[in-house]
Amino acid sequence: MTVFSIATAAYIIAALLFVLSLAGLSKHETARNGLNYGITGMALALIATIFIVFKDSDPLGIVLLVVAVGIGAGIGFWKAAKVEMTGMPELIALLHSFVGLAAVLVGWNGFLDTHGLTGSLLKIHYAEVFIGVFIGAVTLTGSIVAYLKLSEKMKSAPLVLPGKNYINLGSLALFFALTVWFVITPHLALLIIVTALALGLGWHLVASIGGGDMPVVVSMLNSYSGWAAAAAGFLLGNDLLIVTGALVGSSGAYLSYIMCEAMNRSFISVIAGGFGIEAVASGDTEYGDHREITADGVAELLTGASSVVITPGYGMAVAQAQYPVAELVRKLRDKGIDVRFGIHPVAGRLPGHMNVLLAEAKVPYDIVLEMDEINDDLASTDVVLVIGANDTVNPSALDDPNSPIAGMPVLHVWDATNVVVFKRSMAVGYAGVQNPLFFKENSQMLFGDAKERVEDIIKAL
Amino acid sequence: MTTVMVHLVNSTPELGSMRIGIVAESSAGETRVAATPATVKELIKLGYLVSIETNAGSNASFSDKAYAAAGATIVSTDEAWASDIVMKVNAPSDAEIGKLLDGATLISLVAPALNPELVEKLAARPINVLAMDAVPRISRAQSMDVLSSMANIAGYRAVVEAAHEFGRFFTGQVTAAGKVPPAKVLVAGAGVAGLAAIGAASSLGAIVRATDPRPEVADQVQSIGGEYLEVVVADEAKEVSSDGYAKATSEAYDRRAAEIYSEQAADVDIIITTALIPGRAAPRLITAADVASMKAGSVIVDMAASQGGNVEGSVAGERVVTENGVIILGYTDLAGRLPNQASQLYGTNLVNLIKLLTPGKDGQVVLDFDDVIQRGVTVVRDGEKTWPPPPVQVSAAPAAAAAEPVEPPAPKEPWLTPSRKWALIIAGLVAFFAILATAPGDLPQHFLVLTLAIVIGYYVIGKVHHALHTPLMSVTNAISGIIVVGALPQLASDHAAVRVLAFVAVLVASINVFGGFAVTRRMLSMFSKG
Repeated sequence: MTVFSIATAAYIIAALLFVLSLAGLSKHETARNGLNYGITGMALALIATIFIVFKDSDPLGIVLLVVAVGIGAGIGFWKAAKVEMTGMPELIALLHSFVGLAAVLVGWNGFLDTHGLTGSLLKIHYAEVFIGVFIGAVTLTGSIVAYLKLSEKMKSAPLVLPGKNYINLGSLALFFALTVWFVITPHLALLIIVTALALGLGWHLVASIGGGDMPVVVSMLNSYSGWAAAAAGFLLGNDLLIVTGALVGSSGAYLSYIMCEAMNRSFISVIAGGFGIEAVASGDTEYGDHREITADGVAELLTGASSVVITPGYGMAVAQAQYPVAELVRKLRDKGIDVRFGIHPVAGRLPGHMNVLLAEAKVPYDIVLEMDEINDDLASTDVVLVIGANDTVNPSALDDPNSPIAGMPVLHVWDATNVVVFKRSMAVGYAGVQNPLFFKENSQMLFGDAKERVEDIIKAL
Repeated sequence: MTTVMVHLVNSTPELGSMRIGIVAESSAGETRVAATPATVKELIKLGYLVSIETNAGSNASFSDKAYAAAGATIVSTDEAWASDIVMKVNAPSDAEIGKLLDGATLISLVAPALNPELVEKLAARPINVLAMDAVPRISRAQSMDVLSSMANIAGYRAVVEAAHEFGRFFTGQVTAAGKVPPAKVLVAGAGVAGLAAIGAASSLGAIVRATDPRPEVADQVQSIGGEYLEVVVADEAKEVSSDGYAKATSEAYDRRAAEIYSEQAADVDIIITTALIPGRAAPRLITAADVASMKAGSVIVDMAASQGGNVEGSVAGERVVTENGVIILGYTDLAGRLPNQASQLYGTNLVNLIKLLTPGKDGQVVLDFDDVIQRGVTVVRDGEKTWPPPPVQVSAAPAAAAAEPVEPPAPKEPWLTPSRKWALIIAGLVAFFAILATAPGDLPQHFLVLTLAIVIGYYVIGKVHHALHTPLMSVTNAISGIIVVGALPQLASDHAAVRVLAFVAVLVASINVFGGFAVTRRMLSMFSKG
């Protein structure tokens, strides 16, 4: 039993615990256990690795270790404690970029210190370095751009360079060529070139995707960060890294997939960007007139209702209306009215973001349902409140085959007896599509800031 | 078109606000009233003074006391008629027209298309007349559409009257004394009245069928529990109404429809006919032969009796029993038989019109002829006849012409045909096989771990609850910080540059590990069960 065999055993247990950790997230009841499995696994892996370092290293290495982990932990805890739930997407994007950066650095180190490998093993090692650095660097800049766009430090409109798809494909082709060259003649210059190339590609890839597609992009980068870790695992011959990277990689890919499904778009079309730019809103169609309602009127509707469904969109979070909405829900539930939430998969800026925002406002999770769970019940609902959502409740996705959002699964709010739409103005949604819902006979518009309007309703109740 | 705004003459300028007079109805049998205590409050909110003629609401169970409590003054007949704005239900008699002040505004039902002489008489006075039954059929005007609100009540009441005359249950039952089949009801015409009748009859448990020349109403009929009987005519374009009302139909159509009515008459227990064509005599739908084929005790309610009737043998305002024992009700006051409800809805329609006419909410009526609703209802302006208004064509129904040429774009041939897809998969597997077969060292083993982990990941992640996707992302953030395990041993390197890079890598990866888990814990603690 050596230090290394102990470490290997610890890594296998850690990998198993990570799988259990993700499995625990399948249900609310087991989610906290899942988190504990993850922490235990991580602790095991870290302790085992630290032992190796203590055994091999001079005192300086140990000092570096303590300082680096200490600073990292400090920043991590500080960020985690102070982040607003509306700011989760930015934090997650930022954390992806860290994985990318670490992968690049580990790759570079793999080049600088080859552990005395020779022959074909060395060649494979060089290929692994190259691939690891490439994936890591794409993740790094891609995540930084996503972070900047999400935190509105950068314009969220897609960057449209001429021939942007050729730029992406050309970069990939160049990468393959450089890999072959590097395996044959491993020069530091080539590694620098490929790092720069990947940094540029990551930047361009995400910059050319519009702000509204960021949920897909963040999931995609989640996936990349996993593959970057897996590539590092190949490079270092570490199965724990490979397993973890593969788990994270498939998690991100799966999330991207369901977000694309929810928008009825292919992954390729999201990556290629362009949704919303070419959306030709059929503006000349006569939709008729919309009706307005006052906060008092909504309060009256709600008092007379026996079942209410609220379908929030990101607009609710922007207006910080989730707290008054939660208050409204408590009031209505105290009156014995059945209140539930219907969440569209792409509501919010992250998969599941709306659920977290509602949870933060202390809305019980068992009344927060998914689109598929609630769609059939909407026909027997008395009042639907649409707060800050637009495209996700647009009937033209079903009715109008020419609509840019045709075929996208939507919440069938119009089946309810009454629909109240909270909106700032009659402006169109992200997809640039007019929403015939507003002109339906059973819909009424409540204009103004969602937070203030909901507070008005609470007062009127 | 230039903007035409007319500030109506205010005969009591010292008070600032115009006075609205609600007068009692003089027509025999009229039970409704043009305002209720609830609508009086609304009118006062708009800045008006409201006077109510004594006992104006007594037939509709609204006492003078209740009106006074709502803020109205109770006045004599003459005082009420001497208001700036007079609101009533039915068109005024000749004597009543004489009582209006010069410059006053009268708002009531007028039926200008059917009563040209009445319009002439009104136009002989220097007054304004707004006809509530001339509100154009556009979505924005729905809240003022008296014809709809009255038709709704009448349709409901028609079923109640039929149920009252009908000697049996509407609903089917299985009782100890035997099985009772449900009544069968045919509703001719699925307009507002027809739909109300369908809804009421099906709530009572009857089997309801409905006919209508507009096929687009089929969904509405089904949504409230009726069965739509379509008149299938091969050579005729589908009838789509552009103004929201049913139109006269073609000959072939009528022939087929007549057959349907004959078939149904022999089968059903109750027939309610609601077919009215604006400005014309009601179409004859049910012939004497059809009536003769019905079972004794069957009931027919002819809601079009006042305009000649849809049923042969119906008499306006009368209950007729035929030789074979079929009861035909030709009541013309169905809405008035629910006076309280009808007054409330009519009063609300009036309030909504007044709201439109009072943009400043200052008790001053302003007529804007650029507004199609205001233009449409105005029959007389300052003693000048303004009837008929220019036609309004708005979306009461989707136009078929617009819908047809728009075909769904031809689905693009997907690049990834099944055969190509299989070819790609096989090519990928072969390439993977070639790499693994020639790869040295422990590379194949790493690939085994990778592929198994991906498969496990796919199944595990697929089970994660949608609501937990954000915590999932932060947990994966944390565990992808496992790359720290790769960077840590590099700290022990002899190479200075390696140590520096490893230091940075360990630092950022640690942020992920600690930050990711901590933020996940924070999020999960927020989720609570109700």
